[in-house]
Order: sequence, then C-alpha cells, then structure tokens
Amino acid sequence: MLNSNAKLVPNLFEAKLESKSTRDGFGTGSVAAGKENQNVVVLSADLKESTRAEWFEKEFPERFIELGVAEQNMATVAAGLAAVGKIPYITSYAAFSPGRNWEQIRTTIALNDVPVIVCGMHAGVSVGPDGATHQMLEDIALMRAMPNMIVINPMDAEEARKATIAAAALGKPAYLRFGRANVPVITTLETPFSIGKALSLYAHEKPEIAIFTTGALAYEALKAAKNLEEKGIPVSVTHVATVKPLDTASLLQAAKQAGKVMTLEEHQIAGGFGSAVAEVLSEHYPVPVKRLGLTDEFGQSGEPDELLAHYGLSAPGIEEAARAFHAL
Amino acid sequence: MAITDTHITFIEQKARDIRATIIEMLLAAKSGHTAGPLGMADIFAALYFYILTHNPEAPDWEGRDRLVLSNGHIAPVRYSAMAHAGYFPVEECLTLRKFGTRLQGHPERTKLPGVETTSGPLGSGLSQASGMAYGLRMDGKKNRVYCLMSDGELQEGNTWEAALFAGKNRLSNLTAIIDRNNIQIDGMTEDIMPLEPLADKWRAFNFHVIEIDGHNIEEIVNAAELAKAVAEKPTMIIAHTIPGKGVPEIEGDFRWHGNPPGKGPSDKVPADKQGEVFLKEIRSMGGKVPHEYA
Repeated sequence: MLNSNAKLVPNLFEAKLESKSTRDGFGTGSVAAGKENQNVVVLSADLKESTRAEWFEKEFPERFIELGVAEQNMATVAAGLAAVGKIPYITSYAAFSPGRNWEQIRTTIALNDVPVIVCGMHAGVSVGPDGATHQMLEDIALMRAMPNMIVINPMDAEEARKATIAAAALGKPAYLRFGRANVPVITTLETPFSIGKALSLYAHEKPEIAIFTTGALAYEALKAAKNLEEKGIPVSVTHVATVKPLDTASLLQAAKQAGKVMTLEEHQIAGGFGSAVAEVLSEHYPVPVKRLGLTDEFGQSGEPDELLAHYGLSAPGIEEAARAFHAL
Repeated sequence: MAITDTHITFIEQKARDIRATIIEMLLAAKSGHTAGPLGMADIFAALYFYILTHNPEAPDWEGRDRLVLSNGHIAPVRYSAMAHAGYFPVEECLTLRKFGTRLQGHPERTKLPGVETTSGPLGSGLSQASGMAYGLRMDGKKNRVYCLMSDGELQEGNTWEAALFAGKNRLSNLTAIIDRNNIQIDGMTEDIMPLEPLADKWRAFNFHVIEIDGHNIEEIVNAAELAKAVAEKPTMIIAHTIPGKGVPEIEGDFRWHGNPPGKGPSDKVPADKQGEVFLKEIRSMGGKVPHEYA
C-alpha cells in the first residue's frame, strides 16, 4: 500500500491528477531560487522556451544570460561566473549539456569544484517525436562517474521544483535531470525531499520484490505495484531522486526486506541508475537484480506513451517484468 | 604614467629569475613543457610585478584582478612567477609534478591559492575569463580579468564561442593575451592548422587588437595600460614571442614544446649537460640584462 509518510496526492489511483513536466518544476524552482538569492543566474543556449529558462528571464531579465547555440561556452562561462560568486543554472537539452560539453563540465566545474547547476532537459525517450538524437539516455552514466558531482533525477514537477531550489543551496556542482513530457504530479508540498535521501512510496510487510525507481517513472511503478499486490506479488517501491550519492542505507534496508531488487530508469541500463544500485548491492548485500531501461540501443520517434510502452517502462511492462523476475 | 627605465630593468631581472627557476623545476620534475614557459616569462614578470592588482599574502582578496591561464601546460612559468612574487617559497617550485605537490602538472584551483581556475584541456580559458568579467561587472566591481592563451589552442571551437560572447557583451574589463609563438606539438601552427590573419579574426569578433613584441617589457606594459582605456570592447593583445626565449638551443624549435631540459633534442648540448648549460645561458641572456649573477 501507499506509504502515508510520503504525503502523496490523496486517492492517488482514483483522482484525476494534474499533469506537468519536470522541466516546468525547474521553471518555478529557478524563479523561487532567484528570489531567495541575488547571486542566482540562469544561462540559456537558445532553448529558453522549451527549457523553461524564460520563466526566470521574465522575473529577472538582468540575471538571465543568453549564449546562443554554444553549450561548451555556456558551461565555461558559468564556471567563470561561479568563480566570482554567482550560482549559475545552465540550461539546455541533456543531449547537448552534458552531452556535448562534458569535458568542459569535468574540468571547469567539477574539478574546479564551483557551484554550477547543470540542468539537462529532454532526458529520456519520453522526449517523443524528436527521435534518438534528442533523447538523452547516457547522461546519468556520464555524470555519476564524475567526482564532486551530485546527480538528481526528480519524479514530478513538484519534486523538480524542490530539487531545483535545494541545488542552489548546495554550494557544489550538481546535475539535475528533467523530462519534456507531462507526467502526473503525485507529490505534494508536504512530500519530504532532501538531496541524498530516497523516499519510500509503496510499502508491504513482506514485499517479494523491492522496486527502485528514478525520474518520472514513479507513477508507472506505483500503478504496477498496486496491480502486482492485487495479483499476489507484494512489492515495495522506493523513489531515488538522488542517484549520486545514493542513499545506501535505505536501499540496503529495502533490499534485505524483499530479497530481490528491480530498478527502473529512462536511461541505458549500462552505467546508469540500475548499475549504481547493483554496485552497492553486490558489495554490501548481493541479491538478484533486474534492471529495466534501455538495453544498449538508441530511442526513436513516437509519442512519449508509445515509446515508454515499447521499451517496457510503462506500468504494464514493469508489471510483466516483475512477474517474470518473481518467477525466477 | 609611463613606465620608468628602472622599472623595466627590475621586471627584466624578474623575468630572468623566473626563467632560471623554470629550468630548475623542469630538471627536478623530469617532465613538462619548456618552450612555452620560457617564451612567456617576460609577460608573466610584467603581470606579477607591474600590471596586476594583487596581494600575494592574501590570494583570495576580493579586490584582486583575475588572471586566467587558459593554456595550463605552461604552468611552470605561472608557478615560478607566483613564487618570485611571494605567493609561496621559491624552493617549493622543485616539487612540480611530484606526488603530494600543490604544483600539479596542470594548475588546479583547489590545490594552490592564487590559481583562479583549473586548466589544461585547451580552449576553455577565454570563456571562463569572460564569465568572470561578466559577473564582476554585474556586481559593479572594477577588477580586471586577464586571460593568457596559446596560439595553438585557438584551434579549439570553444575559443570562438567565447569570442562571440565577449564581443556581444562588450566586456571592456577583459584583457586577453595570446602567446603567438607559432609552434604547437605537431609542428608550426601555420602548417598544422593556419591561424592567420589572426589580428583580423579578433577584430572581426569585435575585440580591440594590439600587436606587441612579447619580450619587450615596455610594449607589454603599455598594451595592458591601453587596454584599460578601451571602452565597449574587450582587448586582445597578440604577443609575438620566441618559444624557449633565453636558451638558444630551444628558441623556435617546436620539438621543445613538451620536453624538459635533460631530455630534449639538441645537436650541441648532450642531455646530461642541458640543465647546467641552459641555466648559464639564461643568466647571461647574451649580456643584455644586467644582474648580479650574470
């Protein structure tokens, strides 16, 4: 059953849920962070509408910096701004930032250890019709391997808002991952969020699979969990917003309780969130692990729902994979 | 106020001290770049002993000018100049590239106070310097930002993205200096990937361009002074330098780009004598620089 401590939207499975993208959460969060701290600046590389950077521009035109189509320059200008006391959010599609400017981020942000917040929008296959070039599926792997870098992948617009605000207070480099598609808003103002903490969304006294999900797949995982429980396979669901550093204690506890772990991500299973979980489990508490995500292939054009279903990341696919995993 | 002859002589002496330390530190390190650091010694001496507003005893002082070294591989000249300016003991230069040192093979911001940014991977200095200049101007601060660049690194695309940005934003508090020594690892820049007409390129990107002899202290100082008077534009000083300046066996030879003394190519000086011979040559500087140990 749903974990009441998560303070999710009431009657989650029956209610008509508001639908918003996590990039919308960035938009409202960056404005809030800008109000809190005069040093917050937002940088854009010619995508201010679709990254929602223009929401900040409208409030704080003098603290909005347009760089044109130049992601390498955006990262390095931001490093310079941070070195003189600013807190820059740099915004583009994840395929280009950190996709194209990874080395600049590594040297001038991570190694320099300056508080630049890299905001990768349009991550995952749910970008939809734009196709494989724009569906970033390797960014978690790229960023979690980088020392000094914190990696956060929020589940809905409300959590994205909280994560965006929290990142500005870190004083450290961070990578925030956002999606393009509208997804149900399942958390509330009261839902706990803190960087580095996993959140139990669905619990059972004796779960037989612990599902760990990251990013905007949480609602799909919850629908699958409800169906599975009704059909005699009790599971737990834990949302892991902070992929690095992982909340190892919470994950180990959930793994010990269930004895089997399944991971969900809109990302390659190689090097991503599932890999990070498997690394921790194999060292501390080896249990069978099933990773769901993209399996060494690029995405393609289509509607977000179609694509998530095709790659087995919507509720029916998750449920099916869980049944097969359970039967092993 | 024009620079006096006494000042010029003082800076020339400092340049020679900086060069001698570069040879000593590279000998001790047994690896590292030689030609670039020697070629930039005069500019570094002029910066640390005349041009920059800074305080070696308080490297993080808010009122300091920022010096970004984009081509991090010439770190030995920066370390040597900083040591002679009083940031740390000159003896520490001998720890260059050794385990546990603050003087990493390429400079790191978090390791050594006074290093504004980590560099080594090329082409990212001008954009960081532009970000600093933009941020300082946002806060109404008067500090200047200096960015030292190599000519070879101009082949990196990031450089020209930064040029567009600095030009667009009229960053008149930014002075960049290109070490135009014509060499890069694989050969001469104009053979590998030509940069000329270089001054025209920067003018086209809305920079004020000044070309100087990078070994003439008076020209270096005057160009930096003139840059302060340029309104509405960043300044690009193209400093024509001789790589390896001060050691005839190294001067102008691209093969010395990435080799230390003791391991470099020379027909006249055997490897095991290179340190001793080169130091002697630097100390005499062809008799051009008066100094107590010439």
